[in-house]
Amino acid sequence: MKSIDELVSEHPFVAGLSDEHRALVAGCARIVSLDAGSMLCVEGEDADTFYLVYRGHVSIEVHQAGRGPIVIETVGAGNAVGWSWLVPPYRWTFDARATDPVGAFAIDGACLRAKSQRDASLGYALLSLVSQELLERLQATRVRLLDLYGGPRV
Amino acid sequence: MSSVTELDVPRSALTPALHRVVARRQETSDVVTLWLESLGGERLAFRSGQFNMLSAFGVGEIAISISGSPNDLGPLRHTVRDVGAVSRALCLSEVGAVVGVRGPFGTDWGVSGPSTSGDTVIVAGGIGLAPLRGAVEELAAARHSGAGRVFVLVGAREPDQLVFLDDMAKWEKKGVVVLSTVDRPAPGWDGRVGLVTTLLANAGFDPSHCRVLICGPEIMMRFTARALIDLGVDAASIWVSLERNMQCGLGWCGHCQLGSLLLCRDGPVVGYPEASALMNERER
Repeated sequence: MKSIDELVSEHPFVAGLSDEHRALVAGCARIVSLDAGSMLCVEGEDADTFYLVYRGHVSIEVHQAGRGPIVIETVGAGNAVGWSWLVPPYRWTFDARATDPVGAFAIDGACLRAKSQRDASLGYALLSLVSQELLERLQATRVRLLDLYGGPRV
Repeated sequence: MSSVTELDVPRSALTPALHRVVARRQETSDVVTLWLESLGGERLAFRSGQFNMLSAFGVGEIAISISGSPNDLGPLRHTVRDVGAVSRALCLSEVGAVVGVRGPFGTDWGVSGPSTSGDTVIVAGGIGLAPLRGAVEELAAARHSGAGRVFVLVGAREPDQLVFLDDMAKWEKKGVVVLSTVDRPAPGWDGRVGLVTTLLANAGFDPSHCRVLICGPEIMMRFTARALIDLGVDAASIWVSLERNMQCGLGWCGHCQLGSLLLCRDGPVVGYPEASALMNERER
């Protein structure tokens, strides 16, 4: 049976980290299983955790009165959920809900921030990873804003 | 993929052959599939990915990809989106109406030849699935003869703009992996939300041993191709469908020129290494 260190190290999100840094991340991780419909993050609450999803799907949502939850994006295995743990005031700005049974590594954000304070190379490596993921999400969001599929193609 | 030479040009390439609309299906609010039967009785031979010039008499003529499979024995199948005067007239054609057909023209997806053992990944944005539908049908049929795995990844703006849902269900029964995502979910949609590129990483195909056929808006094709290359797919294994103002269909008039290509003849299906520079070319 694999240790949590080994399991976290196999997650694609941390593939770009060194063995030493992966071990530091794994030291802040625990395995969580979430039923469909469970909330991973709730808008306005303290953002003390982020998730590396290895099974299932998570919808990033915002709640609007009268309309209920509006799904902004769906992420799945191999992706990370939650960035608000990284920057003050450490508060979720969106909801995240399991759309089917989800398996994830829940990473303690405060633990990782403390380790990054002590080891600047870890902080830099993590910021590089997160920036890359954020860039990809931002680019995808920009393309979606263009409403491409509605364009004049036959 | 194969190119069309002058020897392949149909004799009546400049004269529309009369076809009757024998069936019609409203796919979405602005997309219609028409089944066309030649009044002369002859059946058009084509390859998946090619297009015909369709005439709405008294209105005009436009290029429309063939959405049927070369294996279909029945009428010619075209799926049309209402985006202008001619396409609107075609979309409004009722059963019994007569339209003109010239073609087939252009290059194809290259799936009609001997089957390959590697994976084939089809990536479509919106109505971009129409030019790929015939290729999927061919590939799904070839699964029985030991051909490689087939993945169909589809993105649409909203759930009600996903086309060929019944086909997707049939393809899945034949072992094709079908994944879809939308930009804007509607109430009741429990599928994925996000750009079609988000489907790539976890689809399950082998990036080092696959070919990818992409059709959709050009920006979507650019982003998809880049994401594929980042995953390890060889750029030379990626094919896209480009479209410009096709008019003659024979590479004579030059209206569809893009760089050194005349897309009605050298396209619409173009290898990504060649297409990437052209897709990034800024119009002056």
